[in-house]
Amino acid sequence: MKRIEANHVSAWYGGFKAVDDVSLTIEPKQVTALIGPSGCGKSTFIRTLNRMHEVIPGARIEGEVLLDGEDIYATGIDPVSVRRTIGMVFQRPNPFPTMSIRDNVSAGLRLNGTRKRADLDPVVERALQGAGLWKEVRDRLDRPGASLSGGQQQRLCIARAIAVEPQILLMDEPCSALDPVSTLRIEDLIAELKDQYTIVIVTHNMQQAARVSDSTAFFTLQAAGDPGRLVEFGATSKIFTRPDDERTEAYITGRFG
Amino acid sequence: MTSPAAGTSVLRSGRLGRRQGAAAALAGTAVAAGAFVLTPLQGRADFLLVAYLSATAGYLVAAARTEGRRSVVDRLAAVLVATTVGICLLALGSVLVYTAARGVKALDWYFFTHSMNGVGPRDDAGGAYHAIIGTLEQVVLASALSVPTGLLVAIYLTEYGQGRPALVVRTVVDVMVGIPSIVAGLFIYAFWVLGLGQGFSGFAAAMALSILMLPIVVRSAEEMIKLVPSALREAAYALGIPRWKAILRVVLPTASAGITTGVMLAVARVTGETAPLLLTAFGFDSIHNDPFSGPQSSLPLFVFSQASSAFGTAIDRAWAGALTLIAVVLLLTVTARLLTRRSGLA
Repeated sequence: MKRIEANHVSAWYGGFKAVDDVSLTIEPKQVTALIGPSGCGKSTFIRTLNRMHEVIPGARIEGEVLLDGEDIYATGIDPVSVRRTIGMVFQRPNPFPTMSIRDNVSAGLRLNGTRKRADLDPVVERALQGAGLWKEVRDRLDRPGASLSGGQQQRLCIARAIAVEPQILLMDEPCSALDPVSTLRIEDLIAELKDQYTIVIVTHNMQQAARVSDSTAFFTLQAAGDPGRLVEFGATSKIFTRPDDERTEAYITGRFG
Repeated sequence: MTSPAAGTSVLRSGRLGRRQGAAAALAGTAVAAGAFVLTPLQGRADFLLVAYLSATAGYLVAAARTEGRRSVVDRLAAVLVATTVGICLLALGSVLVYTAARGVKALDWYFFTHSMNGVGPRDDAGGAYHAIIGTLEQVVLASALSVPTGLLVAIYLTEYGQGRPALVVRTVVDVMVGIPSIVAGLFIYAFWVLGLGQGFSGFAAAMALSILMLPIVVRSAEEMIKLVPSALREAAYALGIPRWKAILRVVLPTASAGITTGVMLAVARVTGETAPLLLTAFGFDSIHNDPFSGPQSSLPLFVFSQASSAFGTAIDRAWAGALTLIAVVLLLTVTARLLTRRSGLA
């Protein structure tokens, strides 16, 4: 399994520096949560881990991100291959509107041309089972992906991400657009996926971080317009019971942020 | 605090009933009629305008006496909206109905299966088969030239173009929108027909038409591609799908309904073009299937030449040709709609 090591990562949007000098190590087959107030750079940071940051015009990064010792920003590295290894689930469910449920799940494989159509069905079933959606949709695989509820759409997006069999799954606030019941289902799912995948999750919800993660990184920013910085990184149990930094304590006890 | 029972609730206000409103409008019309009888005012069109204004005024005065200021404004806006919708429908409807009424006279199977070869203006014979063939070939060729090019330009502008080159392309496209159709025809006439010595042909007409279609296709496709949420592109990238494939398989299908609408607008716009065809296709009385050499007819040219005649039989053929032209555009539009019904953006 793959380990991610971020070394002195800073990220910019044009002239605005969003993340300043973040270094942390994400252990394999663990859930790592990134928490912190709005604008603290946690979403930007997670996007630097699979080179999704650079798809925004004017965005750039400094520092290195090592995937098992290999810098994914080194020259000669293909960002497309990086993203096949490190998948991503976004804040808002974004199924492809022109595709059926089946085609959404198999989109990654089909559009990469790696499999024949007949070979795709078992993959679709496995991915949907992995995302806990199979029982709900097996009778309507040809309906549009957008016909599902918000929570189902998000699990469809998770199924779509795991269908390409990435090693690592990045989740950028995957539950923030969902109701509590759907949120719970996704959290259960994260606990199951942990056996096979390394998961990094950005969340605004501290209870969620405490429930699902093994390690937690707390980000914050000094003032609006300042870049976000990593304050503290450690085992979730430690961060939530006896954090070293008083800002972390203030945040998790709800005194700010 | 006032109680509703006392009848002074701030939530309640008077209400103009449907009957009272209609009665007030009728009263307004009656006033107008009276004015036309008693004063030197006259003329049918004048009466309609005055009656409309005074009926509206009566309706609004009645509303003002029972209701508050806000609902009078609301009713005024409703009247204006209804009036403009009515005018638009009337214009469209009368064009369709009148063309259909005049066109059916010469419209029969014979009309669709025969050309004008050897038919004189006074003969009750001849048809538009050669013109239909010409129009279909020219429009299909023009689309084949301009739709792929236009789509590629739109993709360049939305997905790749930055800075000065994109600005130049966008400006050129904007300027192209304003090119008068006769100028496009003149250009092909000078460049292709005379300059390169290719002579008149359906293909020359298609090139002139594609100059007119290109900017419409580019601008509408660009707008539709811009509407595709960037979240969908990101979702595709995050699956390890290369950019060109994400554009081809995710972005374009999502925008396809809107792109089709733009293409159909462009097709409808050029199908009825006459001026550039005079200089490129030239027109021809017989069936000529090969669009790449020799003059060819087309429906607009057919209508033009038949309508310039002084004889009733030719005029009837012109109307039948006009009706056929409308039907061809309608048919193309409906077909395109059916082909791209499933799409993410309505």
